[in-house]
Amino acid sequence: MKINKLFAGILILAGAFQVNAQDMHQTRTAKIQFFSKTSVENIDAVNKEATSFLNTKTGDVVFAALIKSFRFEKALMEEHFNENYMESTKFPKSDFKGKISNLADVDFSKDGMYKAKVTGNLTMHGVTQPATADAIITVKGGKISASSKFKVKLNDYKIERPAVVADKISDTIEISVDAAYEPKK
Amino acid sequence: MLSLSKFLSFSILLISSTAFAQPVDDEMAKLLDASLAEQETPEYTSATFKTTRLVNGHTNEQVAAGVLDFRISHRFGAFNTGAYNFFGLDVASMRMALEYGLTPWLTIGGGRSTYEKTYDGFAKFRVLRQSSGKKVMPISLNFFSSWAVKTLKFSNPDIKNYYTSNFYFTNQIIIARKFSDSFSFMVAPTVVHRNLVASVNDDHDLISIGVGGRLKLTRRMSINAEYYYQLNKPEGTVNSLSIGFDIETGGHVFQISFTNSPAMIERAFINETTGRWDKGDIIGGFCISRNFTLFDPRK
Repeated sequence: MKINKLFAGILILAGAFQVNAQDMHQTRTAKIQFFSKTSVENIDAVNKEATSFLNTKTGDVVFAALIKSFRFEKALMEEHFNENYMESTKFPKSDFKGKISNLADVDFSKDGMYKAKVTGNLTMHGVTQPATADAIITVKGGKISASSKFKVKLNDYKIERPAVVADKISDTIEISVDAAYEPKK
Repeated sequence: MLSLSKFLSFSILLISSTAFAQPVDDEMAKLLDASLAEQETPEYTSATFKTTRLVNGHTNEQVAAGVLDFRISHRFGAFNTGAYNFFGLDVASMRMALEYGLTPWLTIGGGRSTYEKTYDGFAKFRVLRQSSGKKVMPISLNFFSSWAVKTLKFSNPDIKNYYTSNFYFTNQIIIARKFSDSFSFMVAPTVVHRNLVASVNDDHDLISIGVGGRLKLTRRMSINAEYYYQLNKPEGTVNSLSIGFDIETGGHVFQISFTNSPAMIERAFINETTGRWDKGDIIGGFCISRNFTLFDPRK
């Protein structure tokens, strides 16, 4: 009797972890883009090598991207971005750790498009700030993809913008994220 | 005993459920770190120097692929020419050049200097790139090769002159290392070949070693210094010593320089400098480098 109950307990425990593993989705080719728009110059950059994990059971979602993997139209911009603004040797990566706050509204087992709210912490340039974003989660044939657009202020992340470039670089940067997940093996 | 076993299984259940209640953030963070570690690529050092030139001489920097660098270098006259020459500002010598990044490892360029009406063409190859992380390479190494021809009228037009007499060839190995974000250093062994020399006792091949470094004063400004030591120095010449400042202003880099060399190409500033710093033969100058992106590298 005693053994049986213990065994049952262990089974439940093991089952819990197994479910956990199935709920985990990942991608290594998430696309992160950012845009800076001013009347003088528009700047955009793209990183197609971001990593993300999504736990459909708990709604946890994490992203990480290497700063050096952002590609610009102009090589000099890319150099300045790494050297002067993001200081990528000091702060090589940026990440987001958060949660889908309206998980009940998203049915990962059913095809469709769902509006989701994501809240968490965004770390950039060594500074962590709370961040909230609206996301659209698409489920199609069991595959999950997500996209989101949100804005950040450079000031909040202690990214300096010298006076000479103030009319070329906006203080508010728009960031868009696209991720197509695969079930984690 | 029964109650104990119940308690045990209950507590196991409790543990498993508390594991659920906690945010999985930690576990996800670990997954994220592991995934990033697997993706790790060699981390190539970038921006060892701000531009392709330190002051007069080349650095290990290449022009990025698809980018055209338009450079206007200007030198005034020597400070010690006095008030009559407005301390050198009356005198002007320049080099205009177009330099283009064919590939990330090959830059080609051509220029025209007012100094002895010289045309020059060069190719610079990146051989080694400083990197850390997955692949460790302590230095960057580039090979620079140039050809120059001076087109001044021959001093004695009555004898048979060959235009090839005015050819000069420079070959240089540039070894550089970015020691920290603010300090970089380079060494450049150089051979200059002159087709024609003044007398039979003069060497056709001149060997020199250039050393140079930069120190960042702010994120957008640095002080540079460069010195070329000549091993078989032609008589009457002086080793070239230059100090410069790089100022970055978005699309272009502005360089201010103080040097004892009036020319801006290798064979001339390394081997034909006659001015001396201690005598006040200091030549001020500047260079504007403007980059045009001809091809978006992302496409």
